[in-house]
Amino acid sequence: MGIAVEGARKRFGDFQALDDVSIDVPDGSLTALLGPSGSGKSTLLRAIAGLEALDAGQVAINGRDATATPAQKREVGFVFQHYAAFKHMTVFGNVAFGLKIRKWAKPQIGDRVHELLRLVQLDGLAERYPDQLSGGQRQRMALARALAVEPQVLLLDEPFGALDAKVRKDLRTWLRRLHDEMHVTTIFVTHDQEEAMDVAEQLVVMNEGRVEQSGSADDLYDHPANEFVMSFVGEVNRLGEHFVRPHDMTVLLDPDEGSEQAMVQRIVALGFEVRVEFVLADGTEVWAQVTRAELQKLELREGQIVHLRAGQRKSFSVAA
Amino acid sequence: MTAKWGLRGLAFGYLGLLLLAPVAMIFYKTFEHGLGPPVDAMTSPDALHAIWLTLLMVAVAVPLNTVFGVGCALLLVRHRWSGNAVIDGIINLPFAISPIVIGLSLYLLYGTGGWFGPTLSEWGVKVLFSTPGMILASIFVSLPFVVRETVPVLQEIGTEQEQAASTLGASAWQTFWRVTLPAIRWGVAYGVVLTTARVLGEFGAVTIVSGSISGQTETLPLFVARAFENFDEQGAYAGAIVLALLALTTLLLMSVGGRKAKASGGSTPVGPGEVAISMSSAKEVS
Repeated sequence: MGIAVEGARKRFGDFQALDDVSIDVPDGSLTALLGPSGSGKSTLLRAIAGLEALDAGQVAINGRDATATPAQKREVGFVFQHYAAFKHMTVFGNVAFGLKIRKWAKPQIGDRVHELLRLVQLDGLAERYPDQLSGGQRQRMALARALAVEPQVLLLDEPFGALDAKVRKDLRTWLRRLHDEMHVTTIFVTHDQEEAMDVAEQLVVMNEGRVEQSGSADDLYDHPANEFVMSFVGEVNRLGEHFVRPHDMTVLLDPDEGSEQAMVQRIVALGFEVRVEFVLADGTEVWAQVTRAELQKLELREGQIVHLRAGQRKSFSVAA
Repeated sequence: MTAKWGLRGLAFGYLGLLLLAPVAMIFYKTFEHGLGPPVDAMTSPDALHAIWLTLLMVAVAVPLNTVFGVGCALLLVRHRWSGNAVIDGIINLPFAISPIVIGLSLYLLYGTGGWFGPTLSEWGVKVLFSTPGMILASIFVSLPFVVRETVPVLQEIGTEQEQAASTLGASAWQTFWRVTLPAIRWGVAYGVVLTTARVLGEFGAVTIVSGSISGQTETLPLFVARAFENFDEQGAYAGAIVLALLALTTLLLMSVGGRKAKASGGSTPVGPGEVAISMSSAKEVS
């Protein structure tokens, strides 16, 4: 059940957007497709919605093969980054669209639309036009429109990408709560790892048209499958063959077993956290994340020679 | 400040001298001796027939070119293929060719020595010197307007609204009527106004194919020209006024429709300049 994609391939001219992608999204879960631009995440989402035809592979929605089903009949709710609001219709008209297509009776449409507008906190704005709404309101309207027809799955393509930081944070908390109430299988695409970890139960990390790893946020952070995942889901230092998170770097004033000599290059205070940049004897640049208290205890100065010990190193075989 | 008023004065002076003065002169000359003479001139059987025939041209050519224009714009914008460049070029032909040449080409094609002429006259269809030929000429000269006005608007609205409609269960046909057409309606409406104005005023091509038989194949512009040549100044002026009024009515109908749509909150209408402005503001918002 849920959504299953098997061996998906898609090519646009010379560009391989999807290269043998398989994912499994459990029924009722909230899953994030995470990756840099051009990683194929949006193409995968559009293929699940039927907005893009796959060159090869299958898409199954709730156990039924949907590969040959057109978007019109897939019963998916799709939310676009730029809202795709019907500009010539009111908020009411937008949300009612799918119900009118399904030839619902007028009173039922009215009831359902107002129920949804309450859910997305837009009641009272039903007669407004999309032009008269803020970006956040438009996106909530788009969400209500997608939910109106009770889709089997909800697909969101960078839904908060066009919004400013504050609205973004509010909306993602709100989406999380909405999902807890509705339990409709949801996939959302993002390039922001913090957003993905904040909202989703399961993350699928994509790169160059392939799935690099999928799992919970903790899984990916603590047990990344490869260098790409390790550096995409968090900050990372490279020490020869090894990779270390900046908060796993310990700064020592005296040498210790396994420590390395380094010179403090720059100290950047970012509120509670402090970023200390070093250069090693071989010229490698690394940085450590320390707290304000640690910094004061160590009394670090720029130009000072210290010793670094890296805990929790990871190395990945070159073949991966 | 002075520079601004200077520019405004220049714009008004230029338009006044080139556009307003001649039109005002026609109005003045027509109604110089009151309403009687122009009304008499326009109620003669030949004049009434010319008005009727002109409206017939509009009634046939405008809907045909509107349906074709919207369909063609959809083809050009939504279904990209290599033949599009060719279609795009062919659509511009009526802009590039002088109407008189269009008339001549139709004359050659449908005349007694032309490709289609002999066959059609065997079937008893008379194209030249009758209504079908004039309709053909009207369609030819006014063909590009709806396409040209609709293509940029279609490009501007993009495909996301249409995709959203399809995920909500709408068929291609439902999507066209409920989403695409309302979104492009101002482009189409502007194209319709330009098409109508062109058909109303067409002279060159229609002169050649119609033969200008008064009371039979004479449209209003041809009526005006004949009146002028026959020193019937009153007829010429009155005919010109009727033509101008018909065109103004078209414009008026559209701006009334525009105000209604605006009052109900729809996107703002009219010319390509305004479309460009609303495009840039749309980008700022998103």
